Amino acid sequence: MIEVLIDGHFGYAGTADLSAEGLKRALDRAIEATRAASKKRVFRFTTEERPNARGEYRSIRQKNLDETSLAEITDCLMAASKAMSISDTIANRVASAMIIQTQTDFFSTSGAEIRQNFDLVNIDFAATAVRGSESQTRTYSKMGQWGGEVFEKDFFVAEAERTAKEALELIEAENCPEGKFDLLLYPDQMILQIHESIGHPLEIDRILGDERNYAGWSFVKPEDFGRLQYGSPLMNVTFDPTQPHEFASYAFDDSGNPATKEFLIKDGILLRGLGSLESQRRSQLLGVANYRSSSWNRAPIDRMANINLEPGALSLEELVSQMKRGVIMKTNRSWSIDDYRNKFQFGCEYGQWVEDGRIVKTVKNPNYRGITVDFWNRLVGVGNADLVETLGSPYCGKGEPNQVIRVGHSSPPCLFREVEVFGGHA
Amino acid sequence: MTHKSEFTHHLRRYFQRASEALFKELRSGEELTLSLKAEDQLYVRFNGNLVRQNTNVEQINLTLGYQGGGRTVSQSTTVSGNADRDIPHLLHLLNACREEARVLPSDPYQVPFQNNGESYNEFQGELPPVDQLFDEITAPAAGLDLAGLFAGGASIRANRNSHGQDHWFATETFFMDYSLYDGPRAAKGVYAGAQWNSTDWAANLARTREQLQLLSLPQQNIKPGRYRTYLAPGAVSELLSILSWGGFSASAWKHGYCPFKKLAEGEAKLSPLFTLKENFSLGLCPRFNSMGEVAPETLTLIENGELREFLVSSKTAKEYGLKSNAAERSESPRSPEIAAGSIDEKQILREIGTGLYLSNLHYLNWSDHMSARITGMTRYACFWVENGEIAGPIKDLRFDESMYEALGSKLVGLTSTSEIEPAVGTYDIRSVGGVRVPGMLIDDFTFTL
Repeated sequence: MIEVLIDGHFGYAGTADLSAEGLKRALDRAIEATRAASKKRVFRFTTEERPNARGEYRSIRQKNLDETSLAEITDCLMAASKAMSISDTIANRVASAMIIQTQTDFFSTSGAEIRQNFDLVNIDFAATAVRGSESQTRTYSKMGQWGGEVFEKDFFVAEAERTAKEALELIEAENCPEGKFDLLLYPDQMILQIHESIGHPLEIDRILGDERNYAGWSFVKPEDFGRLQYGSPLMNVTFDPTQPHEFASYAFDDSGNPATKEFLIKDGILLRGLGSLESQRRSQLLGVANYRSSSWNRAPIDRMANINLEPGALSLEELVSQMKRGVIMKTNRSWSIDDYRNKFQFGCEYGQWVEDGRIVKTVKNPNYRGITVDFWNRLVGVGNADLVETLGSPYCGKGEPNQVIRVGHSSPPCLFREVEVFGGHA
Repeated sequence: MTHKSEFTHHLRRYFQRASEALFKELRSGEELTLSLKAEDQLYVRFNGNLVRQNTNVEQINLTLGYQGGGRTVSQSTTVSGNADRDIPHLLHLLNACREEARVLPSDPYQVPFQNNGESYNEFQGELPPVDQLFDEITAPAAGLDLAGLFAGGASIRANRNSHGQDHWFATETFFMDYSLYDGPRAAKGVYAGAQWNSTDWAANLARTREQLQLLSLPQQNIKPGRYRTYLAPGAVSELLSILSWGGFSASAWKHGYCPFKKLAEGEAKLSPLFTLKENFSLGLCPRFNSMGEVAPETLTLIENGELREFLVSSKTAKEYGLKSNAAERSESPRSPEIAAGSIDEKQILREIGTGLYLSNLHYLNWSDHMSARITGMTRYACFWVENGEIAGPIKDLRFDESMYEALGSKLVGLTSTSEIEPAVGTYDIRSVGGVRVPGMLIDDFTFTL
């Protein structure tokens, strides 16, 4: 991807022809279109939005992925698939691994020279139990920046077996009850809640309107920063691309801006947005190093990287003990939110009904709905650091032209008071 | 006006040469399919009727599908387009396929490659030259707050295999997918085609602007509940998009997560007013899939509310003893059409009486597969209608409704005219295709938030 700055406007041309002739052709096309577009530019940028940075980054790993053979990986996945074959009721089993090794080299005429190497692994299992017209699917995911050490056969076999057992358990379970209840979300649902109702609305390019025609705008206004009580005082959220092994860790974004950990929300107050140097200049808001491209064929835009909810002090037992009547929900299966990131409805794979601080039974088809700021102000309990799980998604979609990019999220379990909960229908 | 045909013509020769170079290296017992996706596009993003980003993308992606010794392997790569430089790399990938095949278990559902014939379709277009494009788009929208994406150029899909199969599909088209804003109020428009015409673009903008002006009526405070609801073609297209995610897939049915399982097993029916088919005669996308298998020109999936056929890929057919209808591996419709009905679109406000007019929907997802329930949001120009007249725009509402009901007992009717909604997806590469849908009137549609 070639980027040019002409009369204050950045424009791009991508080609896979890396010969001198191919690059020259792409450069000429970038210049031609950008020169014409600059007369209608949205803002006058300068080279200050492209820092003169130099450095390297490499994913931390114990064993090179290159040294892990396809036979080893296949053996691990086949064993996991076999481990899910615990009953004829299990109608479908999936065990898959996505392994990505990426090198990016960033050079600019302002002197930047950056090389980053990423080793990314995403492992998924799924077991679907079917009885009559009823079916229930349970899944397991592990993702992050890892080497070959992540392929631990015994660990995956145990997780696969648990996954299948829980699918069978759900087939027997009652529907999740409907009403306003306490809601304890496990990390593998919290990551979706963080992603959709914190990450996206804080993207400054959304606040500036760039994304209006696709994913939408944002309920967050520029004047909300430093003032809005986004959630309860227990809510602390960071942008942190420095975490080892998290999916979207890096040292520099795709404008060459060095990445640092920053608080987005502290003690429930909104402090900072997810905006690159370009968005910071346009909006005059505090931002982060998040100008990211999905690949060589797309221009960078404001993105989440790792957005994490910082741990609190409570053990799992303490969280459950605070629930009078409520539902524990694990693992996202359905997600939908409006274009301003206000009204959401999320569904989970696995639920547990709690009465007087004790888990009573498993429930199926658990769903909940709410409105973002109201929901986060219902946060009354945050799990401790021992309960934090680090996950994410390889498939965050955004932008025009569309881009899908990896994001990382970590969170402990969190307890919310009096949330609208409901189950499936017959 | 400029032509992108140079890229297309070059690629035709390149693809033939690269594939022949690979086929002649095959050993006894080996077969190969080569699938190509390529584009030469200009993407321009607008905000406030100004240019946010412009990106030229020239990309050629090749996928090698390899079969040998009962194993199946695929390898994908992006190539430069220079055959002399790329062929050694492609031969290296062929060897990588062989190495992977050695360690993989045999594929019990392998469908041996065969010659599925030949086809050749090319459609040339005319797009404004780059130095005029930005004025062409923004001048008629002067004074308007326009956000959106222009995409224009060549899109190519092709497939050859070692049995002699040879399919080629190339188009030069554009779309301007945009919305107009008056503060938080917005109306949606799409102008698409193969020949850019300034007058047509201005007329398209004017229609969307008229809709935006209707949004200046007093906002109506509509509480969650059940309302008679009209889904305009843009909203039906969104609904069809999520329905296509497993709803018509034989594999999803057999694996236990098809939302229309009850329809398949005769436990439920949709309305006799509802008919859905694959219709490749719309000419929006090629009939051949990524394996080069050629689908029937039309294929009825649901007829008068009853399931006639699921989409069946050759792999699913092999696994479950079904008959393939040359569906893509995803088993999603590629050129779907919902049959029109008898409601006169011009009388739609009278037909609604009192209820909701929804131009678009947003962020749909299955909320409960077993009851085929879908949730999503209203978006853009959505109105409260009272006694056959628009009272004013609504605040966004969330719906959560079973498709067995919405497309079943609650379906009042469909409009007599349909609209083609072109594909505007651009993940990784610009999509080809689109859908043809009418408007849809539904009783007691359920809104929850």
